[in-house]
Amino acid sequence: MINMTINGENTQFDGDGDMPLLWYLRDLLTLTGTKYGCGKGLCGACTVHLNGAAIRSCSVAMDRLDGAVITTIEGLAAGGEHPLQIAWAEHNVPQCGYCQSGQIMQAASLLAENPSPDDQEIDDAMSGMICRCGTYQRIRAAIKSAAGGES
Amino acid sequence: MSAIRQVNRRDFLKTGGVFVVGISLFGCGKEKVPGMTKSVLTEPWSPDVYVSFDSEGTAFIISHRSEMGQGIRTGLPAVLADEMEADWERVEIVQATGDAKYGNQNTDGSWSVRGFMQPMREAGATVRLMLEQSAAQQWGVDVAECKASLHTVVHQPSGRSLDYAELVAGASELPVPGLELLQLKSPDQFRYIGKPLPIVDMHDMTHGGGMYGADTRLPGMKFAAIARPPVVFGKVKSYDAARALAVAGVEQVVEMPAAEAPAMFKSQGGIAVIASNSWAALKARDLLEIEWDDGSNANYNSDSYKQALLETVRQPGNVLRQQGDVGQALETAEQKLEAEYYAPHLAHASMEPPACVASVTADFCEIWAPSQDPQSLIPMAEAVTGFKKEQIRINVTLLGGAFGRKSKCDFAEEAVVLSRMIGAPVLVQWSREDDIRHDYFHTVSAQHLSASLTADGAVTGWRHRLAYPSIMSTFDPAVKSPAAFETGLGALNVPYDIENLSIEVGEAESRVRIGWLRSVCNIFQSFGVNSFSDEIAFARNKDPKDNLLELLGPDRALDFTDVGLEATENYPFETGRLRSVIELVADKAGWGRPMPDGHGLGIAAQYSFLSYVAAVVEVAVEADGSWTVPRVDLAIDCGQYVNPDRVKSQQEGAVVFGLSLARDSEITARNGRIVQGNFNNYRVLRIGMTPQTHIHLVDSKAPPAGVGEPGVPPIAPAVANALFAATGKRFRELPLGGKLDLAET
Repeated sequence: MINMTINGENTQFDGDGDMPLLWYLRDLLTLTGTKYGCGKGLCGACTVHLNGAAIRSCSVAMDRLDGAVITTIEGLAAGGEHPLQIAWAEHNVPQCGYCQSGQIMQAASLLAENPSPDDQEIDDAMSGMICRCGTYQRIRAAIKSAAGGES
Repeated sequence: MSAIRQVNRRDFLKTGGVFVVGISLFGCGKEKVPGMTKSVLTEPWSPDVYVSFDSEGTAFIISHRSEMGQGIRTGLPAVLADEMEADWERVEIVQATGDAKYGNQNTDGSWSVRGFMQPMREAGATVRLMLEQSAAQQWGVDVAECKASLHTVVHQPSGRSLDYAELVAGASELPVPGLELLQLKSPDQFRYIGKPLPIVDMHDMTHGGGMYGADTRLPGMKFAAIARPPVVFGKVKSYDAARALAVAGVEQVVEMPAAEAPAMFKSQGGIAVIASNSWAALKARDLLEIEWDDGSNANYNSDSYKQALLETVRQPGNVLRQQGDVGQALETAEQKLEAEYYAPHLAHASMEPPACVASVTADFCEIWAPSQDPQSLIPMAEAVTGFKKEQIRINVTLLGGAFGRKSKCDFAEEAVVLSRMIGAPVLVQWSREDDIRHDYFHTVSAQHLSASLTADGAVTGWRHRLAYPSIMSTFDPAVKSPAAFETGLGALNVPYDIENLSIEVGEAESRVRIGWLRSVCNIFQSFGVNSFSDEIAFARNKDPKDNLLELLGPDRALDFTDVGLEATENYPFETGRLRSVIELVADKAGWGRPMPDGHGLGIAAQYSFLSYVAAVVEVAVEADGSWTVPRVDLAIDCGQYVNPDRVKSQQEGAVVFGLSLARDSEITARNGRIVQGNFNNYRVLRIGMTPQTHIHLVDSKAPPAGVGEPGVPPIAPAVANALFAATGKRFRELPLGGKLDLAET
């Protein structure tokens, strides 16, 4: 039995321990805000927080998550707005929107570690994330603006 | 009024609060309240197919086009709301089901605003007039004295006003006025059109909300993954599902009907695993032991195919357009230039791989699909189920990117076939590998260009030979030459003012499914034409921008109907508009500014989807051949625009899309199997390579034209031209790769 906390709620899992967290979130808990993009940790669409740090939920098996504290996009700012979500709206970042949950979760983890990243630090931290619509320029701007820097 | 509105609201809710939106110009639900002269709404009032009101005055505006990142769920409804004088805060967007009553819903060809701005304006103006008439009736005054403004109608002489909520019931009893009675707004009266309205899906997209293709959950729904034939039109010879069936959560394994040519948008067959979750289905799918009969496409190898295509374009082809005598011009030229260009297959690789939910019961089929073309799913579902169209409902989800892939809904047919086979709702989830290997690929192409010059640098001849498999081969495998709608994307309609000219195509057989990908044949035809123009510039010792403008010649309207291209009414191909965007982008980018060592500027321009785009790209090349793109400037004249922010975001995205294909992306086949499978080997641009991008949007009075696609074509040639400026070396094959070979040849 695997016990974990997801968005502040306790949950138990006793299924296939090989199952990546992503599918537990999407198919068993119906937390569909976390997206499947590649299944191999290559695109970042499935990014969530494990004990506060960004991970690729497609590549972390359930049997490694006993005691884990997981936050998904649905729980990022429960009942409120994360500064990144505000900045994302200010800069009209999303196009199709599909990768944006992962982008925001990755950026939130960056800002938690480094409250005022420069361009290079943003590019480095976000390098594992793909946006096929090409919203990268606005992602950079939104992260800077959420960090309180110039937008 | 508030009591009446409450009564109405209750009645409305009693019917389930569900909107059945249709063309209900007649027979609107309304009743007379005893003792009152005013009628009240008991059902939504739908004066037009695209809009309804409830008794609270909330306007429900239909988005009948599919949202895939272009912002159309905001754009077209805002047009209607503007003409209707609606308060945007009191508008709700309803995504249309696939239904012919909405007109064309095939969201492709950069066509939504061009095709529907006018109908949306007319719908909005119709409702506005009816609400004004309703107010005039209530007040007993002349309608000319009543003016709608932001969800209210004001009686101008007295200053009295009524909210739309108080007018919809009366309006619903009025005859729908004819178009001749409508007064469309003048541009200075626009409230939303031309303004950077935030997208309506912003909150969902930043909070994990919104429903995409794989997000629908139904009671009893199963999850499916399919092992498809690795070679197009391959078939299952035999299979062993024992190991797959042993995976926890797997319920059954079924064989799909095999596919026969033509490919169309049909399921490809294969073996499907049905499970209680996606992971079990995907894991078990990979444990299937299948012996395939690969069929006749198993000898498709990109290396040899490329050589054959290049051989083809070295020979004369079928002449599609001829003026003067280019053979003579080339033979007698004082200077002759020749160059060959090659561009590979591409995959769409939208971030959302194909996914679809279908539920087929004994007498109804319902589909939830990220489809660009929802109406196309109706005949598909009719054919699979034998149902009539009244028994079929097509729900359109958000599309997690599409780029043309999701016009071709083979994945929806799979879901319907499987749901019918297993008797339960099913989600078909494609893996990334499924997506990349079973795409309708952008075609592979070779081009051979020749030009003749006089001693003093005048260009006297232009010959363009092309060969590539046609999209039409997907519908008829016998097709071996491109269609006019393909060559007409920048090759056949080359706008240069050159006396002797010949455009020729050779034959090319298709060995995979070919489809439309964002800007389609413009991608490689622009690469060939704009790269070769740049080669001409250097041969004649001219600045590339000045050369481009000279080739373009005097401002004029071009007509290619004599070579088989359709003219679009009200949209002449005006070379002056192309000249203007070239001049604009050159000015904004500081064309000609001094470059640091290793840097270079390149320019390219393309007319596509009735819009005019030019780009200047700056590259920075290191001594070891690695290179970056510090800056891109792009100017677009897309005629009248609705949402300038979305036009700009589409161009920013087009720059990234163009750089991806210029630098990194390539699909190849070996023995009929696609070599690439995921983002490790089908590479697309990431944030670190993203340039500082400056979009320059022309304030145009021309009719609205394309936005989503036209930004892509100029990027690859502008990059290659910039690399030449930086290194003195020509790069004529895509993708260019992240590290250039700078050795002398």
